[in-house]
Amino acid sequence: MSSLRHIGRDLPRPDAPDKATGKALYICDLSLPGMLHGKIKFSEHASARIVHIDTSKAERLPGVRAVLTGENVPEVRFGFMRDNLALKKGRVRQFRDEIAAVAATDPDIAAEAVELIEVEYEPLPAVFCPRQALEEDAPLVHERDASGRPRKSNRLALEVGHATGDLAAARAASRHVVEGEFTTPLIQQSCMGTAGCIARFDARDNLTLWAKTQIPFLAQRDFRGALAAMGLAGRECRVIVPTLGGAFGTGLDTHAYEYIAILLAHRTGRPVKILYDRREEFACLSPRQSSVVHVEQGCDENGKLTFRDVRVLQDNGAYTSWGATYPSVMLLPATSLYQVPVVSFRADIVYTNNTYCQAMRGYGNPELTWAIESNLDELAEVAGIDALDLRRINVNRPGEVTPMGLKVTSCGLEQCLETVGRKLRWSERRGKQRGKRRGVGLASLVHVGGGGRIYRSDGSGVILRFDDYGNVHVSTGAVEMGQGLHAALVVGVAEAVGVRPEQVFINQTDTATCPWDVGTHASRGAYMALSAVMIAAKKAREKIFRFAAGAFAGEVGRNIEKRRKKNPDYRPPDFDLPASLEPEHFDLADGEVFLTAAPDDPALRVGLDRLLRAMHFCRGGDMLTVEAFYDPPTELPDWQKGRGNMSATYAYGAQGAAVEVDTDTGEVTLLGVVAVHDVGRVLNRQTLEGQIYGALAQGIGYALYEEILTERGRILNPGFTDYKIPTVAEMAFPIEVEFVETNDEQGPFGAKGVGEPGLVPTAPAIANAIYDAIGVRIRDLPITPEKILAALATRAERKPR
Amino acid sequence: MKIPLDFQLNGHPTTAEVHPGARLIDLLRDTLGLTGTKEGCGEGECGACTVLVDGRPVNSCLFPAPEVDGSEVVTIEGLAEPGQGLSILQQAFVEGGAIQCGFCSPGMILAAKALLDRNPDPEEGEIRRALAGNLCRCTGYVQIVGAVRAASRKLRASAGEEVR
Ligand code: FES
Ligand code: FES
Repeated sequence: MSSLRHIGRDLPRPDAPDKATGKALYICDLSLPGMLHGKIKFSEHASARIVHIDTSKAERLPGVRAVLTGENVPEVRFGFMRDNLALKKGRVRQFRDEIAAVAATDPDIAAEAVELIEVEYEPLPAVFCPRQALEEDAPLVHERDASGRPRKSNRLALEVGHATGDLAAARAASRHVVEGEFTTPLIQQSCMGTAGCIARFDARDNLTLWAKTQIPFLAQRDFRGALAAMGLAGRECRVIVPTLGGAFGTGLDTHAYEYIAILLAHRTGRPVKILYDRREEFACLSPRQSSVVHVEQGCDENGKLTFRDVRVLQDNGAYTSWGATYPSVMLLPATSLYQVPVVSFRADIVYTNNTYCQAMRGYGNPELTWAIESNLDELAEVAGIDALDLRRINVNRPGEVTPMGLKVTSCGLEQCLETVGRKLRWSERRGKQRGKRRGVGLASLVHVGGGGRIYRSDGSGVILRFDDYGNVHVSTGAVEMGQGLHAALVVGVAEAVGVRPEQVFINQTDTATCPWDVGTHASRGAYMALSAVMIAAKKAREKIFRFAAGAFAGEVGRNIEKRRKKNPDYRPPDFDLPASLEPEHFDLADGEVFLTAAPDDPALRVGLDRLLRAMHFCRGGDMLTVEAFYDPPTELPDWQKGRGNMSATYAYGAQGAAVEVDTDTGEVTLLGVVAVHDVGRVLNRQTLEGQIYGALAQGIGYALYEEILTERGRILNPGFTDYKIPTVAEMAFPIEVEFVETNDEQGPFGAKGVGEPGLVPTAPAIANAIYDAIGVRIRDLPITPEKILAALATRAERKPR
Repeated sequence: MKIPLDFQLNGHPTTAEVHPGARLIDLLRDTLGLTGTKEGCGEGECGACTVLVDGRPVNSCLFPAPEVDGSEVVTIEGLAEPGQGLSILQQAFVEGGAIQCGFCSPGMILAAKALLDRNPDPEEGEIRRALAGNLCRCTGYVQIVGAVRAASRKLRASAGEEVR
């Protein structure tokens, strides 16, 4: 891959012009003739029996076309453990439970109708603390499981664990041991485009759903299940993905509002749109889980890690999404961040009457890396070893197989750490600026970089369809949600096929026209789609060259004739075409087929469009469409044992922060952030940098600002007024991003997945810098000024000066 | 009761009738079909709905529609002249990687235009102040600030040209 033409170049994203001009169509911008507007009535209790629902006033409101409750629709079950109902029946388990829904001719009428629905509740006992939820006499959030079997505890039947080596012996043999408990809050993914969908049935009851999803094909399967429950088994369910205003994990599950739109559309015979407003997005869409992580790590006298023991308590909320499987990804840092010979990991996932949670970028990894990397700094201090040295001593290396069984192909962690250290001026500044209340800190990460197998297939399909003009139309089941997948596809297809980027067109993701893909998550989108593209491109080139073997000489003859006609003095090239041409004589680049032996003479180059037309418009003609399905050579882990090589390669990185803390106000000022990531190979630097910058901002929000506040299950800050995400004003400090290219043997063009890593180590890097600055350790995110002041006060009490 | 409005929208004389309590964003998106203006919060907190009224950036989710009577309103649809490609500022956003999901982009671009119209050569701090009311969850703002600076340079190089 010596002469790459497009990979690594900064081609502007193909989707950007439409987005810059207001032409891109998001779910909020779509409407259909005759479309109705749906609105949902949410529960006003965290745990209650629904005694009675009176919908009569809502039904009488002019413009209302349907009012649904759990009592007058078929039971539509969904969720990762099928513990949720589209419309709840008889019982609510969280504040946002959907208990009724309206379709009306106008959004205002729908909202008014929802207000007119009267519900009588009988409050029931509730539990909001995951620890209390595990106690024996805790009220059961679900008395029965999806198949009707009685449940005995609020613990989910999702066991994720790991044990390598003799923990007790390793702990006893350790020279230094440090333990700590670290917590993380509920986080709103905060997509700027709120959730929504449009459902439409045709006259034969086939469904089309425009959905804000990252998993069009798994969603299709879920929605087909709903159709079956509605007595419409076997009908088509077509999922179309419009332009997404961000996703960040919110699209990894199907949602009650989607099923409700389907039910309303079927009941009314009209298309129905449901669009959440910002308050609904905050209060009624699942946030990122909160977690409590207990971690203990030890090392010997040389700083070699001896063991790591991790216990996680995860508040699931009232229902289960894919996000409940966070611990599957927590296994990565637990077992495989730095070389640790003895590892124990256990996660308890617990039902409560809090809002139920779902995935967000990083998928459990930030929660765990926060704990491990904070704790590691504490260990370094106790052991009297420099924190960067401690990490260097235990750094992961290429070729190693970790306790989880991860096969580390390439690994640039050491270089990432070195670079972060250099850029932070570590030896000059670490531990030396306390007088100025300034400090530096760092943290590393490991994440899946070549897909993440948490489903039986981790595959991705692609179809390349060549038209008569030499253009390539790409259909993929992977989803562009803002991350730049289409930019990566354009350069990847151009490179792998041998056409110009402007000859590549990406089709909208649509289950009717695109091949299956498990979903755009786990930083896998570009990795998988491009891996499939590589296979498809090879097939296309083979077919083109086979055809060229027969047709090329004739086309060259025509080239020469044309030139002669234009210019009688034209001299044909001084090159003898071999008497019989073979496919291996050819190459294709920039949309032209040529002989590898004579690449330069324009008369000996034939446009791909001409060859394609020759192939198409002849007796027994053919068209060029190729497809490929790539499923990486990975294993679906055994979750109870916590073993299995779930990704084809792993992404590493390290980040550093320099901070100043005002000990009077508790205010933390970021002086600079450094992010160095092993990305395998840079496909498009600008897009890649954008992924890191954006993730960093989310990591900084996670570290310092963001938290959904709740009181007995009710969300108290459902809006940007009281839930602060970083603005451009907060992000006013130097950010240095650098990439380590390890050219991974597995990755397409050597690349690894990069979507999530940028926010994984940010919070611990900042916390470690704060400790370096003022000597207090905050173990509870976000690190607010109040917490810093409280910690300073406690310390002052403990050792009066 | 509806109020008749007569105003300039992206350079075109426009008339409409609105309820006294109507929001400008609904007039633009629902009545006039200009869906480029986005609603991110409806509470004046995100800036996705930013449009220019007489050159001033306003949150159209809070701005009363009746107040545009007699004014000049510019939305994202009014920046690129048909057939002329993107404006210098839009092009800078595209080329600078300042757009990811793009939901914040129309509002961000208009807030930046208002700034550059006022001050073609803003300091970085001024850029940050001008954009502080516009939330973006995707980009971390680095490439957005870079794009505004690039646009400022280009615009000054082709001095005299209006910031489209
Ligand atoms: S939609 Fe107007 S400020 Fe958010
Ligand atoms: S690009 Fe997505 S919110 Fe700004």
